Order: sequence, then structure tokens, then C-alpha cells
Amino acid sequence: MFELLGVPPQALFGQVLLGLINGSFYAILSLGLAVIFGLLNIINFTHGAQYMMGAFVAWMCLNYLGLNYWAALLLAPIIVGATGVAVERLLLKRIAHLDHLYGLLLTFGLALIIQGVFRNQYGSSGLPYAIPPQLTGGQNLGFMFLPNYRAWVIVASLVVCLGTWFLIEKTKLGAYLRAATENPTLTQAFGINVPLLVTLTYGFGVALAAFAGVLAAPIYSVNPNMGGDLIIVVFAVVVIGGMGSIMGAIVTGFSLGLIEGLTKVFYPEGAATVIFVIMVLVLLVKPAGLFGRAA
Amino acid sequence: MKLKTILATTALATLMAAPAIAQQITVKAGVLNDRSGLYADLAGEGSVIAARMAVEDFKAAEKGIKVEIVSADHQNKPDVGSTITRQWYDQDGVDVILDVPTSSVALAVSQITKEKNKVHINSGAGTSDLTGKACSPNTIHWTYDTYALAQGTGGAMVKAGGDSWFFMTADYAFGHALERDATATITKAGGKVVGSVKTPFPGTDFSSFLLQAQASKAKVIGLANAGSDTTNAIKQAGEFGIVAGGQKLAGLLVFISDVNALGLQAAQGLVLTESFYWDRDDGTRAWSDRFAKLNGGKKPTMVQAGVYSGLLHYLKAVEATKSKDSATVVAKMKELPTDDPLFGKGSIRPNGRKMHDMYLYEVKKPSESKGPWDYYKQVSVLPAEQAFQPLAETGCSLVK
Repeated sequence: MFELLGVPPQALFGQVLLGLINGSFYAILSLGLAVIFGLLNIINFTHGAQYMMGAFVAWMCLNYLGLNYWAALLLAPIIVGATGVAVERLLLKRIAHLDHLYGLLLTFGLALIIQGVFRNQYGSSGLPYAIPPQLTGGQNLGFMFLPNYRAWVIVASLVVCLGTWFLIEKTKLGAYLRAATENPTLTQAFGINVPLLVTLTYGFGVALAAFAGVLAAPIYSVNPNMGGDLIIVVFAVVVIGGMGSIMGAIVTGFSLGLIEGLTKVFYPEGAATVIFVIMVLVLLVKPAGLFGRAA
Repeated sequence: MKLKTILATTALATLMAAPAIAQQITVKAGVLNDRSGLYADLAGEGSVIAARMAVEDFKAAEKGIKVEIVSADHQNKPDVGSTITRQWYDQDGVDVILDVPTSSVALAVSQITKEKNKVHINSGAGTSDLTGKACSPNTIHWTYDTYALAQGTGGAMVKAGGDSWFFMTADYAFGHALERDATATITKAGGKVVGSVKTPFPGTDFSSFLLQAQASKAKVIGLANAGSDTTNAIKQAGEFGIVAGGQKLAGLLVFISDVNALGLQAAQGLVLTESFYWDRDDGTRAWSDRFAKLNGGKKPTMVQAGVYSGLLHYLKAVEATKSKDSATVVAKMKELPTDDPLFGKGSIRPNGRKMHDMYLYEVKKPSESKGPWDYYKQVSVLPAEQAFQPLAETGCSLVK
């Protein structure tokens, strides 16, 4: 059997698939960030903490309320999204007219506070959360054993990503949103409630993060640090894709997951840094990101 | 008249108290560990609680020793740990630094402690280099090390037929030391290592590496990592059907806080090596119950137990020598036999290695566990002399 750079092709297919699975987390998270940045101009550093909250709400639903994974998949984004709405109304709204930097600092501080509270309450080593019984086991694809749950993660995130893209780019509501970003004053003059749109958009972006958190809960232990570890990578993904570009977030999310997965095979030590190397290269060539429009 | 009496009494009292003040020794102990990251549950605030319990149980104040405890977060970063260590020694008058999980940080702290001629009692870090080629006259390594872990879990797995290994190694000092020591044990016992992969530290997704391990067809996959790295790897190995496919997982360093995080459903059957388990005998149970009350119901890990035991022994040496001069105290610590309810009787070798028995445990099935934190059943005891590296082989310059 021939080998590609010392790795059997079958093993390589397995790694490609795994890369796509990780990429789906990057895609949903960076999509949420892109939506929020595109429409609110806020660099939402709380996103990682909101992702973590999604996982914790799923755990709480199970342990305090006895609600299963499927219920959590629906409830957690709503609950965490609602906290997002509160954050927007109470805090972000007041600094909306200021420089980006204020939003970044505010959301970063908020993330530290949320993580600290969860760490104090639940410790740092994580809480167990089992894979739902309907999705245990897996399929033998010949070249790899694909756990059913991971296959579900790819499908769920693709559906959510494309649905969001469709909502923003192809519907009337999306058109209002985009108009509100381009020219809020004019849009408001047409009788559209722009502040409400902005609030709901932030809530929606946060709900996306929470959705990813619920998806992640059975794979990684539910851990207060899970968002903090991920957020920097996701920001790199957003920057590479182009800040605010919806399609850019989705495409680069999946492809960087793939590249990272392949790095783990060929040069595992570099897996933690490869995304940042790509970020540097992309910014040198296209400062607005691959799909971004130059300001 | 009245004023005169008061003044006279005060003066007299001061005079009488003066000799006592002169004799009093003030010790400042710094607990330096991870308080926010992946090792915060196995060390963290629990280690500070353990240190306070040591001071209380030693009745330091009654013996004329005033002990002050400070703590800080090294964030698992050697540079952060070094800065705090220097500040503690140079500005804050810290005499002894305790705990310090994360081998890369521990090696840095040990080096600075030697420069500044203070004392470092390490409980949290694994690398056997601390008492090997990087040994120091000022460092005592208390709880466990990579050599003992390799002897325990590695030796047991090879004996049980696991003679081919693939390592998933956390890419820093601890992981490298553990892989090296385990490889030596496995080869010595007649097994072989067919491959290994260095994983970024800390990591979250190990599926890529697990797939490589699976493809290697090794009988045992050795996890040379710790904390949430280990728990994530074990969880994901279950997902990919690795254990169901006939390969075995060897968690070379698994703490009780990790088992708690995994849940017995995922952790059952795991074989692991520890130097302390809360439910071993009446002494450990009584101490651990007190500890758990102060620590939100969580039982102590071996790292936290080691902080207690190490500080207790240090204070004994300070009392015996009436001094806190580093060379004097460390010499006394090595001379005095160690004895406490947590680790039993033991000693400290010239290279700074604390000697005590190590235990091989198997994680219970959910049906066997009687309640929260009832997780282990004992498989065997490794006598100290077998568990730790023979003195002559350590390569420590203090051993002539």
C-alpha cells in the first residue's frame, strides 16, 4: 500500500474527518463572533465563557432538573442567549458609540468574571456529561471508527451554520439587519426598531456559542476553562476569515480545523501554533482576511 | 499612683516577655501552585488548606514558632513561577516554598531556591529529575515522581501481558520525564515501545492522537499526561471504541480529582499509582474528613496530602534545630525519620527523595462504589525501595 508522506492514506482520511469535526466547533463559534462583530461592531471576548455556560447549563439541566441532552440542546441556547440579551441591554448598549477597544475590554473582563464564578463553584477539573444513549457507539468506516456522536456534531453544526447564513443573506429579516449595520439612522427612519434588532442579534450570537457548548459537553468534560482555551484560536479563525464575514467564518472554521488535524499527524508539536502561523501569513497578504472587505 | 502601677506592671511584663520573643522563630511558608488552570483542583486552594492544617496540628504557636502562610498562582508557566519565587525570597521573606505542581515550573523554582539558599519542598510536580540530574541540596521531593509512577502502573501492566506500548505524551518536562522513565521500566520488564506522539499542553482534543495510537496496534496506550489532559484523553478513547477494541489504557498519572471528574462510568477498571488515598486507614480517613469539611466536601489528592506532610516535617526540623537556616533545617529533615498519619513511616534520601510506599489501585465499578469519593480498591503495595529509583542510578551530584 502506498503511503503519503509516511502516513497510510486510510489513516489520513480518518484525520481529515476528525479535522472537520473540530472545524465544526470553530465554525459555529466564529460564526457567532462574526455575526456579533458584523452587526454590533463588538469584539465579543465573552464568547468563550458563553460557550462554557452552554455546556454548564446542559449539565445543570441534567443534574438539577433531570432534562436530557436533547432538551438541553434547545434550552441552553435560549437561557444563555437570554443572559446575552441582558448583557447587551445593561452594558454593551452604553458603550456602543465608543471605540471597539472599550467593547473588547468590557467583554474580556466579563469573561474573566464568569469563568472565575464557575471555577469557584464547580472546581477546575470538570464535570462528567455522558453522550446521549441514542448516539453512543459508532460506525466502522473501514479506514476509521467514526463515533456516532461526532458524526452528529458535523451534521448539526453544518445545518446551524448554513441556516444562519441563509437567515442573514437571503431573508427579509437579514436584509433589515444588514441595512441596520450599513446605516442605522436611515434604517430607523424607515420604521425599523434598530436597537431591538441589535439586542436580538447579540442574543442570537450568544445562543450560537451556547449551542456549540452543549455539542461539546459530551466530548470534553464540562470545564470552566474550556472556553478560555478555545477563544484565542477562534479569534484567529475569525481574523483569517475576515472580521464580520459570515461565509468567511464558516469556511475558514472548517478548513482550519482540517489543517490543524493534519498538523497533528505530520508535526504534532506544531498543532497548537499552526493556526497562528496561518493568521500571520494571511494578514501579511490580505490584511482584511480571506473573505473580508477592506475598510 | 494608679498610673505608676500600670507603667510598672507593663514594664515588668515586657521584661518577662522579652526572652520569649527572642526565642520565637517566624517561618514564612509560600504555597505556590496552579489556582486557576487544569491543576487547580488537584493542588490549588486545597494545598493551602492542607498547609494550614499542618501548622494547626503541629501546634506551632505553643512551640514558639510563628508560621505565616502565603499563596500564589503560577499559572503553570515557568516564567510566572520564577518571578513569584524571586519576589517571595527577595522581598517578602519567604523561607520555604511548598507544592509547585507542573514540572517545568518546579525545576525553575528549585534552581532559584538553590541560588537564594532557601528550602523547596515539592509535592505537586512529577519529574524524577528533581532528585536526579537536577537535584539540589535545597529541594526535597515529597509525594511521588515519574519513576515511581512508571514502576507502579507500567510494571503492573507489562506483568499483566501488556508488552507493547504507544505513548501519548504531554509536550513538556513532566511528560518527557514520564515517558522516559516508563520506557525504561517497560523495556526492563521485557516489553517494547512501538511509538509515541507529543501532544500540545494543555490540550482538549486528543482524537487525532488516539487514532494514531489505535493504528499502532500497541496493546497498551500509555497516557504520559495529567489533569484534564488525561481525563479528556480517557473520555475520548471510550468514544472511539479503543478499549472495546481490545487495547488497554494506562493512565500513568491519575489523581482522585480526575476520577471524580470522569465519573466511575468512564473511569472504571483504570489502574493507577498513588502514594495516598483518603480511605486507606483510620488515620487517613480522620484527616481527610477534616480536610473535606474545609474544602467544600472534596477529599484530598495525594498532592495536597504531601503538602501537609512536608510542612509538618519541616516544622519538626525547625523545632529540633531552633533555627531556620536552610542547610541546618534540610540536614535535620534528612536525619529525622518521617512519620505522620498520611504517609506512615519513611525517610528522606541524601538526594532529597522522600521515601514511602506507593500503592497500585484499580478504579471501582459504579456498582461497587458505596458513595461519593469511594473510588479505589487496592491492588498491591510497592515498597518504597522498589518504587523509587535506586540512589546510585539517579545521577544526582549530591550522591557520592
